[in-house]
Amino acid sequence: MGATKTMTHDEMVQALDQVIQRYAANGRNALMQVLQEAQNIYGYLPLNVQRSIALGLGVSVAEVYGVVSFYSFFSLTPKGDYVVSICMGTACYVKGSQAILEKVESELGIKAGECSKDGKFSINACRCIGACGLAPVITINDDVYGRLSADEIPSILAKYKEA
Amino acid sequence: MDLYRAHVLVCCGTGCTSSQSPRIISNFEEQLADNKISNEVKVVKTGCFGLCAEGPIVVVYPEGVMYFRVTPEDVSEIVSEHLVKGRFVTRLMTVSHEEKATHAQNVEESDFFKKQLRVALKNCGVINPELIEEYIAHDGYTALGTILTEKVAPLDVIDMIKKSGLRGRGGGGFPTGLKWEFAAKQQNDQKYVCCNADEGDPGAFMDRSILEGDPHAIVEAMAIAAYAIGATQGYVYVRAEYPIAVQRLQLAIDQAREYGLVGKNIFDSGFDFDIDIRLGAGAFVCGEETALMRSIEGKRGNPTPRPPFPAVKGLFGKPTILNNVETYANIPTIIRNGPEWFAGLGTEKSKGTKVFALGGKVNNVGLVEIPMGTTVREIVYDIGGGIPGGKAFKSVQTGGPSGGCIPASLLDVPIDYDNLIAAGSMMGSGGMIVMDEDTCMVDIAKFFLEFTVEESCGKCAPCRIGTTRMLEMLDKITSGNGTMEDIDNLERIAVSIKEGSLCALGQTAPNPILSTLKHFREEYIEHVTEKKCRCGVCKELTTYYIIPDLCKKCGLCAKRCPVDCISGVLGKEPYVIDSSKCIKCGACEQACKFKAIIRK
Repeated sequence: MGATKTMTHDEMVQALDQVIQRYAANGRNALMQVLQEAQNIYGYLPLNVQRSIALGLGVSVAEVYGVVSFYSFFSLTPKGDYVVSICMGTACYVKGSQAILEKVESELGIKAGECSKDGKFSINACRCIGACGLAPVITINDDVYGRLSADEIPSILAKYKEA
Repeated sequence: MDLYRAHVLVCCGTGCTSSQSPRIISNFEEQLADNKISNEVKVVKTGCFGLCAEGPIVVVYPEGVMYFRVTPEDVSEIVSEHLVKGRFVTRLMTVSHEEKATHAQNVEESDFFKKQLRVALKNCGVINPELIEEYIAHDGYTALGTILTEKVAPLDVIDMIKKSGLRGRGGGGFPTGLKWEFAAKQQNDQKYVCCNADEGDPGAFMDRSILEGDPHAIVEAMAIAAYAIGATQGYVYVRAEYPIAVQRLQLAIDQAREYGLVGKNIFDSGFDFDIDIRLGAGAFVCGEETALMRSIEGKRGNPTPRPPFPAVKGLFGKPTILNNVETYANIPTIIRNGPEWFAGLGTEKSKGTKVFALGGKVNNVGLVEIPMGTTVREIVYDIGGGIPGGKAFKSVQTGGPSGGCIPASLLDVPIDYDNLIAAGSMMGSGGMIVMDEDTCMVDIAKFFLEFTVEESCGKCAPCRIGTTRMLEMLDKITSGNGTMEDIDNLERIAVSIKEGSLCALGQTAPNPILSTLKHFREEYIEHVTEKKCRCGVCKELTTYYIIPDLCKKCGLCAKRCPVDCISGVLGKEPYVIDSSKCIKCGACEQACKFKAIIRK
């Protein structure tokens, strides 16, 4: 996350080429690993990236797209600089994560799965992150906030709005 | 080797790491140096102790004193009082710091640990998971070493696992030894062993904690399994959402390779074995064995029909065994202590222990390991410390989206594979979510259905379409538009989905509905006939109401209301909600400091 900001377009293309070369010998078996690394470089997987990967590993673009669209971890659209993930696992859900999600949505004016117009925030209603002891939990990029109530959301988001 | 007079164990599992345990460690190291006792006291970074709700947790040995909710600022007091002067910091020694501890309680004697028996979690919270030497010091790799150096025949290893009675801990409960035997009997130039660490069940974190707290146990167990079935390559398929687990497992594999415990010619026995990690990409269905293997092959995670079973034709078309993390974590101890020892634990048909991730509305949220046969009541009340806020217990959910809800009437059922199925639930991988009187059971069924609808791979129509139809009916019921016919239809479709789906995801998807219908049918009927949600969870069936006698006329609710539907006169007349305009956002209820606003 955030790698998109520090690399130029040419650098990203170059980095992707290196990844593809590294795995090319394994062909289609390496598709998942290449996609994961490509997403780390670009932040998401646009069609031209999928095309390069298909070419590099000797599989069809349709097959690459099939895999990308199957797994929720892969994104076809760009994510915000800050990805606010609200854990919707059972432990968080029974402790009110739905209210937390609604609060984040109303504070940022976007829905889960969307990215704000300025590209700063996106919301992800995510699967259990396994920090059930801290339920309800949200993460903003690598920062974890636990034992939350909806009241605390505005002040937490404020830190990132200013950043 | 240095000898220390005291050890400070700091939990560095995912939960405690999120609450700053890395800073606690660095503070300890600084403060110990400042007090010039760095050579007397050793700080150890460990895996999960299990009591996640009270983290970050610090345990000081030799006394075995456990400190709860330690902040980086508390460290100086623990160092100056406990480690320098020998006086315990009593204010940190009770749960939630409710009161000062009256006496020093040893970790093992606390209610939380007393009824537990740690086999799979034996090293979690005890050793530093990032140092292979600590694992070896706790008898690590002796099971593998004994097998390879004493040239125990592969079939004898399998026999030990069979005799132990170990069954798969991923949920299905298939006998592990039998699975290994099938694969061992296959003749092939290449076989694989896989480890399922794709813990997708929401509310479950057993596998994550084992990988974080004792990764070498998995490496050792996979090597043993590989030797037993004649494989040379292993894959661990782990969720990308578990960065700490992935990092520690990779470190463990690298260290084992350096020590010659993974790689070529292990223990000079001629046995070769290597492990690679594959990251999942957020698909629940990949916990299903055939789907997981397709995913390792780089494909969409669509399950494939069985037979052929993976033991015959699995990963890359070769004989493969797949076991869950917790299943593997039991293997080295079974070999070391003997299968008879393991078979002596648990119930007649379910041997050994089971790890549960206890969560939801319970005081001691965390990781517990109990002998099979322990009752739900013992877990929730004795180990879990009961329900917070004096609320009434309603149900325990096990088995995640494939499982069901166990009502209060079944609290005394001894937990094992067969009893949980008879109760309308299943063992599952070990998520155990406690629900209290405020949890709407229809809403919970809907929560799990939403999950399966999203996670259905779409290959079979009964699962893809059937779960969608069931969700639509639940939507109708929770929004007040349901009919009694919908309830009947739910039950009818459930049977078709169970019978018509290819894989376990579809076959078990109706379970949350069937079990709640069985045990909490009156709540469904209430939603349909009375248009009422007794827990105030289903929004369309809930109205917000201000109790006039409790209203202090402060007007805060009206100020917070986003649609201006609350009116009253500041300081004079109690406020009233116009329920025709109310959007049921709950902002007023949260704003009211006098608890004058209720849901009806």
